[in-house]
Amino acid sequence: MSEIKKLGMPKWGLTMTEGTVVEWLVEEGTELSNGDQVVEVESEKINNAVESSASGVLRRRVANEGDVLPVGGLLGVIAAADVPDDEIDAFVKEFEENFVPEEEGESGPAPETVEVGGRQIQFLKLGDEGSTATPLVMIPGYGGDINIFVFNQETLAADRPVYAVDMPGHGGSTKEVGDGTIDFFVEVVDGFLASQGIEKAHFAGHSMGGAIASSYALAHPDKVASLILLASAGYGEEINSDYIEGFIGANKRRDMKSALQMLFADPDLVTRDLVNDILSYKRKDGVNESLRTVADSVFADGKQRVVDASELGVPVLAIWGSEDRIVPASHADNLPKDAKVERIEGKGHMVQMEAAGPTNRAIGEFLGGF
Amino acid sequence: MARTISYMQAINEAMAQEMERDKTVIVFGEDNIGGTGAPGEIDAWGGVLGVTKGLHGKFPDQIMDTPISESAFIGAAAGAACSGLRPVAELMFVDFMGVCFDQIFNQAAKFKYMFGGKAKTPMVIRTMYGAGIRAASQHSQSLYSIFTHIPGLKVVVPSNPYDAKGLMITSIRDDDPVIFLENKVQYAEEGEVPEESYTIPFGEAEIVREGDDVTIVAIGRMVNMAKQAAESLSSEGINCEIVDPRTLSPLDTDTIYESVENTGRLVVVDESNPRCSLASDIVALVSQNCFDSLEAAPQMVTAPHVPPPFSGVLEDLYVPDAERVAAAVKATTGTSAKA
Repeated sequence: MSEIKKLGMPKWGLTMTEGTVVEWLVEEGTELSNGDQVVEVESEKINNAVESSASGVLRRRVANEGDVLPVGGLLGVIAAADVPDDEIDAFVKEFEENFVPEEEGESGPAPETVEVGGRQIQFLKLGDEGSTATPLVMIPGYGGDINIFVFNQETLAADRPVYAVDMPGHGGSTKEVGDGTIDFFVEVVDGFLASQGIEKAHFAGHSMGGAIASSYALAHPDKVASLILLASAGYGEEINSDYIEGFIGANKRRDMKSALQMLFADPDLVTRDLVNDILSYKRKDGVNESLRTVADSVFADGKQRVVDASELGVPVLAIWGSEDRIVPASHADNLPKDAKVERIEGKGHMVQMEAAGPTNRAIGEFLGGF
Repeated sequence: MARTISYMQAINEAMAQEMERDKTVIVFGEDNIGGTGAPGEIDAWGGVLGVTKGLHGKFPDQIMDTPISESAFIGAAAGAACSGLRPVAELMFVDFMGVCFDQIFNQAAKFKYMFGGKAKTPMVIRTMYGAGIRAASQHSQSLYSIFTHIPGLKVVVPSNPYDAKGLMITSIRDDDPVIFLENKVQYAEEGEVPEESYTIPFGEAEIVREGDDVTIVAIGRMVNMAKQAAESLSSEGINCEIVDPRTLSPLDTDTIYESVENTGRLVVVDESNPRCSLASDIVALVSQNCFDSLEAAPQMVTAPHVPPPFSGVLEDLYVPDAERVAAAVKATTGTSAKA
């Protein structure tokens, strides 16, 4: 019997328990390749397209548009064209009879906290505990937290341990940011690695996280296996200061939504819950002061502090959305000549969210070379 | 970091964090420290339902008991606020507020206006409202509309533990008099609340649920009734948008109007009596400002125009429930008779 593959409701983030089917992007009978976008799903936090995890034909669209399915629920069925219909029916019937949704509270791995230099640093580790593969450390950008890697971390953790780390002033970490310079964050990253017993790692940094990862590679080249720069800061002076100031100034939903929409090529991706999540972070005591300090250090006078790319001695992959309105995609031209650059058309600054599949595949191929 | 605590704990934690942060924050009222040392009491009673329990042990110099003289200690709060302190006065049941109307309406609310903006009155009056615990008509009213009527007062009605903490901290830090109304039935209700201090701005409504058929504006505990109604109506294909104003003064009319312009229908759920109420006020505002968007007459779901009854059977009928909210929604959508 040919293999029948389930297309299941994904789990985007630790708190996701169910998703709503927004729109099927392909008809039944469509030939699919691994990675093709099949159906758009909305979670509480964000919309995204579910990609095919196998090659074959979409034999059945089990869920209808508007249906709400628990994580793991059956969206559709993929199989070769010659698999008889009754086998597909039997597969669906068996799934529906045996599927048990995860119960509330069964949220899997949870973020942990470690003390680094007297500060509480929150991180999420995914991946095989016993893996000997070189780990990947993911660093969010200015104002962001580990949730920005919600579509990436789990996928990338199939091959290695992956740590997503909240920088001070961000997410669940201590809000105090010292002098708020990139050098300050580099020290924190070094302390974090020591706390986890990591001697060498691949680094992926988004936006300011890219500048931090790059500076870490310059300061500690022996501890960096490679650099993955996602819409990275630090490779040119231009930065959208309207975004920086808008983000700091926004205390109400309307203002925050306008600011966050600059991050995405598709502004509809900014959901009510995403805005609320960011606002509840911003409204905590000390956050705005921390963001101000960092902005004045890293983006003073509306210009970025630029790293010396010529000194980077590690393999580099850069991924940029062509519609990035925060850090221009043209900054990729300032990377070392041997850097591998992927420009993803029609996507914005949050390229790892808006184009999660292509981003994950590019990173997977890049890391597979080591 | 967020964890699950109760509405009551959230308010207690907000006061504790503000008393720790700012030594000018003082708390007083009846029975806050009463009972200290009594048999079985390790600290103090912490007010009539224990909301301030534990604060006396941590902040003995910032908390005090008052005589049963509401007019005296609310007046003292206004005076203390003008003198540089940030008092949080607990006036047990909102029903008792009548004896201190002059201190609130005629004094505290007007100081900034009468002194050309030079006087600050950073005081919070915490008080309980709402029916449902068989406490009869002198302990069960929902009088927030009376305070909303008075310019110079800010009026806060949190509907959940997260909002309760953030709005309480905002209230304490605000330089104007704030009436903070807590629903006694909700004290044990739990929700995710960050450990850190945080603030929620006044005048920003929360869209509790998105929908495009009917806007339900629900106040305080009535948000829960609206959620239950919206859940049952969704199975009938009616998508309700729920707006929780969170603060009644200032009132976020922009969010209400925007929602009604999208849905074309309005139901206001207000536990208070119907005449001259928040419900009637919001219906009037929407009728005046969104008339062209309305596809049906706005509906009000309120208590009847009688005092809250002591009889449990009657009290259960008095408080609006999800069924009445659902009926009102259907009245606007034309799927059933008028509620």
